[in-house]
Amino acid sequence: MGVTKRDLVNRVAERAAMTQAQTQDVVQLTLDAICEAIVSEERLELRNFGVFEVRDRAPRKARDPRTGETMDVPARRVVTFRASPALLEQLAQEA
Amino acid sequence: MPTASKKEIVFSVANKTGRPSAEVSAVCQSFLDQIVDELAAGNRLEFRDFGVFELKRRQARTARNPKTGDPVKVPARTVVAFKPGRIMKNHVVDVIPQ
Repeated sequence: MGVTKRDLVNRVAERAAMTQAQTQDVVQLTLDAICEAIVSEERLELRNFGVFEVRDRAPRKARDPRTGETMDVPARRVVTFRASPALLEQLAQEA
Repeated sequence: MPTASKKEIVFSVANKTGRPSAEVSAVCQSFLDQIVDELAAGNRLEFRDFGVFELKRRQARTARNPKTGDPVKVPARTVVAFKPGRIMKNHVVDVIPQ
């Protein structure tokens, strides 16, 4: 199974001079703040990590693959993430 | 276009917790570094209500230089995909009213 937030929090706590509970608190508030920033500013750049951006998707016609019927997909807003060059570099080395 | 940065995040968290910015900044950076390490190790990361980070493989392809029209080989690469969780999705207003 994957890593959980708790695993990350415990590792972060080891490096900081804080208890796991305190670190858990700060990490959760950090995630909340990231979420709020993306929603209110529509763009959040975290150096050496990546950029979150809210983008508009144009309306389009799509086809129901089962019935073959054409239907309208309305315009939408989506949250996108683009990894920073530094992060992509690290991923390329692992692959 | 306005862009938020880590500074704003740290400021907001420091305000809410009453902890010194330097401390919050260190935890925030350390947390981001952990995410990077996990992704580099090939792991998928899920944060409840926030979203999911996962790796996607992009195949090598031949693209074109838009200026000259010359074909350019783009090597295969791994990208990070982010799928927003419930809270973020709901706040971004999924559907634009027509």
